[in-house]
Amino acid sequence: MTTEVRPAVTTEPAETTLPRATVEPAAPEARRTTGTTRRTDVFALLGAAASAVSLAAVLFTQLTPFDGVLGFVVVSYVLFLAFYALLVSLDESGPAVRDRLAGVVIHSLAFLMLLALVVVLVFTFVRGREALSHPNFYYEDMQAAGPLQPLDVGGVRHAMIGTLEQIGIALAITLPLGVIGAVFLSELPGPYSRFVRTIVEAMTALPSIVAGLFVYGTIILALGVPLSGLAGSIALSVMMLPIIIRAADVVIRLVPGSLREASLALGASQWRTIWHVVLPTARSGITTAVILGTARGIGETSPVLLTVGATAVTNLNPIDNPQMSLPLVTFQLVRTPSDTMIARGFGAAAVLMILVLFLFVLARLIGGRIPGQLSRGQRRRRAHASRRDARRFAARERARRALATQTDGIATTDSRELS
Amino acid sequence: MTVTSTDPPATNVPSTPEGPPDRPRRIRERRALSDLLFRGVARAGGTAVLAIMLLVGIFLTRDALPAWREAGLGFLTTQAWDPQGGDFGVAGVLVGTVLIGMVAISVAVPLAFGASLYISEYAPNRLKPLLVNLVDLMAAVPSVVYGIWGLFLLQPKILVVGEQGDGLPRWLATYFGWIPLFQVDDYDPRDPLASPTSLTASTFVAGLVVAMMVTPIIASIMREVFSQAPLGEREGAYALGATKWGMIRSVVLPFGRGGMVGGTMLGLGRALGETIGVYLVVSVVFVIQPHILQNGGGSISALIALRYAEDLGVGFAALMAAGLVLFGVTLIVNFGAGIIINRSRSGAASEV
Repeated sequence: MTTEVRPAVTTEPAETTLPRATVEPAAPEARRTTGTTRRTDVFALLGAAASAVSLAAVLFTQLTPFDGVLGFVVVSYVLFLAFYALLVSLDESGPAVRDRLAGVVIHSLAFLMLLALVVVLVFTFVRGREALSHPNFYYEDMQAAGPLQPLDVGGVRHAMIGTLEQIGIALAITLPLGVIGAVFLSELPGPYSRFVRTIVEAMTALPSIVAGLFVYGTIILALGVPLSGLAGSIALSVMMLPIIIRAADVVIRLVPGSLREASLALGASQWRTIWHVVLPTARSGITTAVILGTARGIGETSPVLLTVGATAVTNLNPIDNPQMSLPLVTFQLVRTPSDTMIARGFGAAAVLMILVLFLFVLARLIGGRIPGQLSRGQRRRRAHASRRDARRFAARERARRALATQTDGIATTDSRELS
Repeated sequence: MTVTSTDPPATNVPSTPEGPPDRPRRIRERRALSDLLFRGVARAGGTAVLAIMLLVGIFLTRDALPAWREAGLGFLTTQAWDPQGGDFGVAGVLVGTVLIGMVAISVAVPLAFGASLYISEYAPNRLKPLLVNLVDLMAAVPSVVYGIWGLFLLQPKILVVGEQGDGLPRWLATYFGWIPLFQVDDYDPRDPLASPTSLTASTFVAGLVVAMMVTPIIASIMREVFSQAPLGEREGAYALGATKWGMIRSVVLPFGRGGMVGGTMLGLGRALGETIGVYLVVSVVFVIQPHILQNGGGSISALIALRYAEDLGVGFAALMAAGLVLFGVTLIVNFGAGIIINRSRSGAASEV
């Protein structure tokens, strides 16, 4: 940045002629709205909607043998588009009509997608409400709950414990391997790491059920490991590892090269650079990658379906005996014909959703920022640290100056002798 | 810049020194011990990852060998699943997988297209981060949740309602039944006594459930490439008098074409491998079932989930082989997507 310093004007400025206002404004000027929506547009939308619904209602009740809510909605929507195009075309040209139509269609597609998400979430919680309102649902397992028992018997404790243990073990495997793998891919470029990256990318295409089948075939059938939480977490690891590596690799590559070069230029070794510069800069992104990978792993049913072996009792030991997990218990319960079991299944799905939502919010709170971009708290902490440094430097400078005035005489004689 | 009127001072050309001509120095890196250690650890980590990934591929292939040996190429063309009798193949379920994927894609792509265009072009700036997060959240919703949604809400309450089975499938079967794809065998939509069960558990319903799962994936990639469309070109289009839609058509869509195709293919790859949603909804049949509205369909992943505990010996090898076929298909689709995205103008900078 260059700042231009103008010399202070000493001479008197040339006189400016002000244009004389011919008419005094009666009131302060009203602020213009710069929005692009006009009243006509709103009227056109409302009018088209009203006429479309009315015509569809006439069609459905009086004129044709149509029925069904979905059909009514679709017919009204198509009529709405037609009426809207007609209304807009009354006072706009062709391209503008197309623009309005495209805008309306895009808005409604986005709304539809949002609606679908909301319906899925709300539906799960509404149907799960029945089971969730019984406190025993959280601290009992399904040992005593048969298909005829009411909802105040039995719960999903075993599945919650199983899910947490399995995802914990899977994270213990994937977290170090994933981060080291991502660092390897991005920091040691070469033909070998390019090959590894290709394979990892290929493995992100591995369907989760095939990961489960692989673990079932090799670790359980061939090596004789029993159906257990451990086998499930290995299957989850095989599925999560490429996802985490790929996401973390992308984040590490986003770290600005100038930071890396500055550290190297200050004499830090490669290892120091990565540990003190690259990884802290990319930390929020890596955390997000790991948490989103975890959310994905927690929700996967198919790898655990083949490997953990499903049980109704609480099993704390992940190495031996079958365990349970939340998606698996949901899957099994909703396939039974009993209503209470299905209600429990929805309850388990709601608990799973809460877990995923929690992880997701956590991931968003921690990360999702570009490396180098700081949150407000981080910025405050940095500013604080730098102020502290400035004080420290100033104190040191003062001390040095005091020392210099003390030893001034000696220093000058020294230098004279030397020269 | 000022132009000097005086002559420039003469340049001193140094005389060439005697001796052999200069050669580039050899640059030798001397690494500290800690660096060597770090590189060793990182290499080892990378190798471990590689080993795990290769092990999966190798073991899948090895365990699938007996099935390949027994069935040969017929594995891809046989429509039955009787490993004990030596008569098995994935033709039926493979076609089912592809059909489910196609239904899912044809529903998911317009939805994802609209949602991503809305987020990148129409949404108010304050709303954008929230919408982006919602799309990402939709991708994080467990597949079993979508599965039970399809099984308990979509199918009985929206698509096949009541005794008559009112809904979109019935309407399609009634008026478009002459198209082979929408034909439903042994079902007369005009017969009031016809059982609606022939319309349930179909490829179509499963495809809709899978569409819900892949829409957010496609949408997030499309949004990414749309939002990268260069500002200068957008403003240029506006300056030439384009409407918003005109600008989108002439700048954003051509710019994002590679990302759109690539994102769609990635979604397709995910749709092909989806298990639980399909398994919950569809009733698996092993013959080629081209009628998407009709009861019964199938996918390779649902086949594996259905049979893994029963099939032993050759049967298990056959499941492995089926898994390998599925993996091969998703691999081709994903790599194709990656290549298209990387080649395109927009995708080079975006990550998938």
